[in-house]
Amino acid sequence: MIEVKNLVKRYGTNTALKGISFKVERGHIYGFLGPNGAGKSTTMNIITGCLAATEGEVIINGHDIFEESVEAKRSIGYLPEQPPVYPDMTPAEYLTFVAEAKGIEQKDVYEKVNEVMEMTGLVPMQKRLIKNLSKGYRQRVGIAQAILGDPEVIILDEPTVGLDPKQIIEIRQLITSLGQKHTVILSSHILSEISAVCDYIIIISRGRVVASDTLANIRAKLSEDKKLELLVRGDENKIRMTLNEIEGIESYETALDEAENAVRVILQCVKHADIREALFFAFSEMHYPVLSMTDVSATLEDVFLNLTEEASTAEEEEEEAPAPVYKLPEEEREEDEVEERTEDDASEDVSDDDDDDYTPMFGGKE
Amino acid sequence: MLAVYKKELRSFFNNMTGYIFIAFILVVAGIYTAANCLQGMSPDFEFVLASLSFVLLLCVPILTMRSLAEERRSRTDQLLYSLPMKVSSVVLGKYLAMVTVFLIPTGVMMLYPFILAMFGSVPFLTIYSAFFGFILLGAALIAVGMFMSALTESQLIAAVISFASLLVIYLMSSLASMVPTTAVASLLCFSALVLVIALIVYSMTHDVYAAISAGAILEIILLAVFIFKRTALEGAFPGVMRALAMFDRFNSFALGIFDVTAIVYYITVVIVFVFLSIQAVEKRRWI
Repeated sequence: MIEVKNLVKRYGTNTALKGISFKVERGHIYGFLGPNGAGKSTTMNIITGCLAATEGEVIINGHDIFEESVEAKRSIGYLPEQPPVYPDMTPAEYLTFVAEAKGIEQKDVYEKVNEVMEMTGLVPMQKRLIKNLSKGYRQRVGIAQAILGDPEVIILDEPTVGLDPKQIIEIRQLITSLGQKHTVILSSHILSEISAVCDYIIIISRGRVVASDTLANIRAKLSEDKKLELLVRGDENKIRMTLNEIEGIESYETALDEAENAVRVILQCVKHADIREALFFAFSEMHYPVLSMTDVSATLEDVFLNLTEEASTAEEEEEEAPAPVYKLPEEEREEDEVEERTEDDASEDVSDDDDDDYTPMFGGKE
Repeated sequence: MLAVYKKELRSFFNNMTGYIFIAFILVVAGIYTAANCLQGMSPDFEFVLASLSFVLLLCVPILTMRSLAEERRSRTDQLLYSLPMKVSSVVLGKYLAMVTVFLIPTGVMMLYPFILAMFGSVPFLTIYSAFFGFILLGAALIAVGMFMSALTESQLIAAVISFASLLVIYLMSSLASMVPTTAVASLLCFSALVLVIALIVYSMTHDVYAAISAGAILEIILLAVFIFKRTALEGAFPGVMRALAMFDRFNSFALGIFDVTAIVYYITVVIVFVFLSIQAVEKRRWI
């Protein structure tokens, strides 16, 4: 459905993307994961035709985004990082414009606009100017714009940034429901979000794809080697002897915990083995109380950090040069937006007035 | 294109820009009409239009400054790029919306000759051919202003550079008369121009060799013309300057001459600057 082949993007002497390739199939929700400045937004901007690539190609439903851009863009709905809304329009006016620009037939425009406004909960706000809406509602206007006209692929760049927890849950539900009919690509640097919504994960770091697999596969890999942490009150030597007898333990370490007056055990299990019950009964037989037992297996976070760090160390070795001190333009841009966002959060009203400032400034001059 | 056109037209009247533009032109037109035609008892409305051409110098930047610069600043250009539309139809939609806003006060002014006709005989044909020239002039100036707006993301800078360039265009014929018509003077002026072109090439490509070779080639051609066909350079630079004096072409309309070369000239200016704006917007994706 979408095929990205060997994308390279250079900004002057900096290379933001160093050959990104992946395929997107119909009917999944894809999570695009990476630290700040990894190239998530750049990749998304190239896929949607907002940015030209230095090398490589993007094929959407058989249409090349650079050669047959209009045909390719017909099957895409895109929400950039900053919702591209016009402050002096109402959501209804804005969505009508987008519907017309997407080539929806005049008689269907009203119906389609109302449909997406209902899906995104914008109906009560449809008559207000967008500049007077909160960040969350503006984000919804942006999402409504992306899903208007039922594009086959919906691409959302950090759709939940700057929203409150309740709105985040609502937006996630919306994305999940969209995933039933559409292919969704979602970028984020928040792991819990990706694991809650997506079923396929593409991790990129420093302009390269470092992992690309289904969430289930990544989870399965995680559960392969399970790590447990136990706190047992009793004699350390006897505990070690007991542990030696239990099957399914690959290795373990023990240490005295003075504060709890107990022994802390960290053990690595053999692949696919679940030895929690065995541990419990073994110690209860000895009348050694197990104060706590915690699963300390690698989480998605650990995988993410491992992969992205591996990528960057590999990079340094390969280039035989220290990491560049200057920032990629991509990074700078993202940082700028973060600053704007914090301003937004701090005082919604002040940032709302920003857009206003322009017209009176010139209006006063004449 | 129609969607962008409608949206742009609406946005001119959602904020103050459209109203200010129309009101400003109509107020000045009213003053000139009252002074020239009513108090001066003259039926020649074309002179009002000739005076108004100076007002366009102030108004057109207000109309055009927002068009492409603001899209860039507020990142709404990402929406326009990701919609299934060609960049050319976006730019053309915006251009036609601005021309439409310009046609509103012009349309109102077209009624004034009928008011004048109540007091005596009025040369309708001359006046409406002057209106035709006025509309062409406005359309050409709007194209220039839109191109300036495509170059920057600040409305203020867009307004200032379009005002400055329109002012230079306005004064061009007076400036042209200041430049000596000798071949040597033309050679020096063209050489200065070549230097500017080389600097622009350098700032766009950051390639020293490209800039130097482009400059050198142009300079060699220039010297060749100077050595072998010296007469061709006599008065050539003032001639080029006069060709850029867009306001002067309108004067023949105001004098009652229906000048076909002027029509072709204005249409060419519109096509060139709309094309350049499209290219400037396309280029933004390559940064």
